[in-house]
Amino acid sequence: MATVEREQAVMTINMGPQHPSTHGVLRLILTLEGETIVDAEPVIGYLHTAIEKEAEHKTYHKVITLNDRLDYVSGMTNNFAYCLAVEKLLGIEPPLRGQYLRVIVSELQRIASHLVFLGTTALEIGIMSGFFYCFREREKILDLFEMLCGARLTYSYIIVGGVRYDLPEGWIEKCREFLRDFPKAWQELDELISKNPIWLNRTKGVGVLRKEDAIAWGVTGPSLRASGVLWDLRKTMPYSCYEHFDFEVPTSEDGDTYARYWVRMLEMLESIKIVRQALENLPSTPVLADHPWATPPPKNLLDKDMEALIRHFLFYSRGYPVPKGEAYAAVESARGEVGFYIVSDGSEKPYRMHMRSPSFIHVHALPVVAKGHLIADLVAILASFDPVMGEVDR
Amino acid sequence: MSLETEQIPTEIARTIQTVERLKNQLGQWAVEEVKVHNNEVTVVVKRDSLTEAMRYLRDEEKFEMLVDATAVDYLPLQDEPRFDVVYHLLSLTHRLRLRIKVRIRSDDAWVPTVCHIYPSANPYEREIWDMFGIKIEGHPNLKRILTYDEFPGHPLRKDFPLFWQPGQPLDKPEKQFEEW
Repeated sequence: MATVEREQAVMTINMGPQHPSTHGVLRLILTLEGETIVDAEPVIGYLHTAIEKEAEHKTYHKVITLNDRLDYVSGMTNNFAYCLAVEKLLGIEPPLRGQYLRVIVSELQRIASHLVFLGTTALEIGIMSGFFYCFREREKILDLFEMLCGARLTYSYIIVGGVRYDLPEGWIEKCREFLRDFPKAWQELDELISKNPIWLNRTKGVGVLRKEDAIAWGVTGPSLRASGVLWDLRKTMPYSCYEHFDFEVPTSEDGDTYARYWVRMLEMLESIKIVRQALENLPSTPVLADHPWATPPPKNLLDKDMEALIRHFLFYSRGYPVPKGEAYAAVESARGEVGFYIVSDGSEKPYRMHMRSPSFIHVHALPVVAKGHLIADLVAILASFDPVMGEVDR
Repeated sequence: MSLETEQIPTEIARTIQTVERLKNQLGQWAVEEVKVHNNEVTVVVKRDSLTEAMRYLRDEEKFEMLVDATAVDYLPLQDEPRFDVVYHLLSLTHRLRLRIKVRIRSDDAWVPTVCHIYPSANPYEREIWDMFGIKIEGHPNLKRILTYDEFPGHPLRKDFPLFWQPGQPLDKPEKQFEEW
């Protein structure tokens, strides 16, 4: 009997750019053998907005409004990293209350961002109701931010020298209410998702990222910690008073999709802990540093003081010069290390601004993880890295 | 790895010691300049010894992660060398950061790839080629990454106009715009 030789059929197909589960406009060129992924090549750039070029033509203060459009799910941390880099060049240290408020908003932002991650991942794996629970909780954080700065997505709340406004009346109570209620909601999500057999089947042991690969590919943030590396900039290279707070850095040794999910879940509780401590020990200094030209003058002086009015006009129209030099500052955002590399030529505009975005690297590390898995798993793996295409394409 | 909350005060000193060892390894001529500015250490190395320096830093000095790589175009500020290619390294073991720079001339714009040392350099080097037109020698997949394949020119060069529409010539932008 003649043996039937099975032809090795390798097929190349496009996944995206318009695919509901690619979190925006990511295109993956998949090489498939049946349903198994042999190779995956990410093609990016569909959301390229040339913000790095545009920033070279705007004053330092105006660039802040561009930065939160890069990673639109976690705008606060982008502003944070940018302002740290400019402050490094200027040599400004924000007052303690300003630094505490920065910590509070970036931790709330981390919870909001992880909730988006959880909601969309649950949706993609088939837990529709999880999505609604997550967005209900996220809404409360967005309400808090709206009270704080009037914006719900692109905040520009953190500015060079501190934060833009002090806390409005009643904000602390509302925030405390959220902190009190959130652990209950977390419990709900945990019960809904963590022990769901479908969820476990789809995530456990799927998409294992080994420790060595994670480090070699520059993976940072929760995805790195899920692979067993204890690295969190808030602990290991503390910035902006993070050394004042007592919190744990959750890690996992598994490196699979479930580990990346579970590390993020635990991180939300740690963020709650940090915000609680920060609210308790909130110092009563000003929120903005008083620099002769790099910070806006207090608003209540504008109709009394001629000098303040001149300073106000110069600040918003011409901008402020920043000493010559270069600086790199990084913060731990919800996705990983967000860094800004700024070169200044001594003028009012950044000579060069470069953003180091974690998702850019995570998308390119995807083929390492996805090889040998089914297409259906690719959706879960991609979601577990939580890429935001705005910061991938910049 | 244990977690300590306080910053090690001597980190600049330790980074400089690393740089001294790097100098001994490569030879004095390979390191053009060492700068300490804003608590950051920058080492300018010769292009020929870039790969050797990276390999030494990864294997011996435990700078395991290439966090970022980019380039800067210094066209209006200085004539030549026009470009800086900038690499940011991070040591997870020693908790140090180090910036490596290579200065290159515009008529000879290429750097050797470091992909085989740090895989994360792969997309960054494609971005450097796409945005600045600096050739990466030995890169396995040197294609445009953020713009499309037919895109003329390299947008982050300082002589590329801010306003440009497809079909317009690159040297004569129709709208000149200066924001202040």
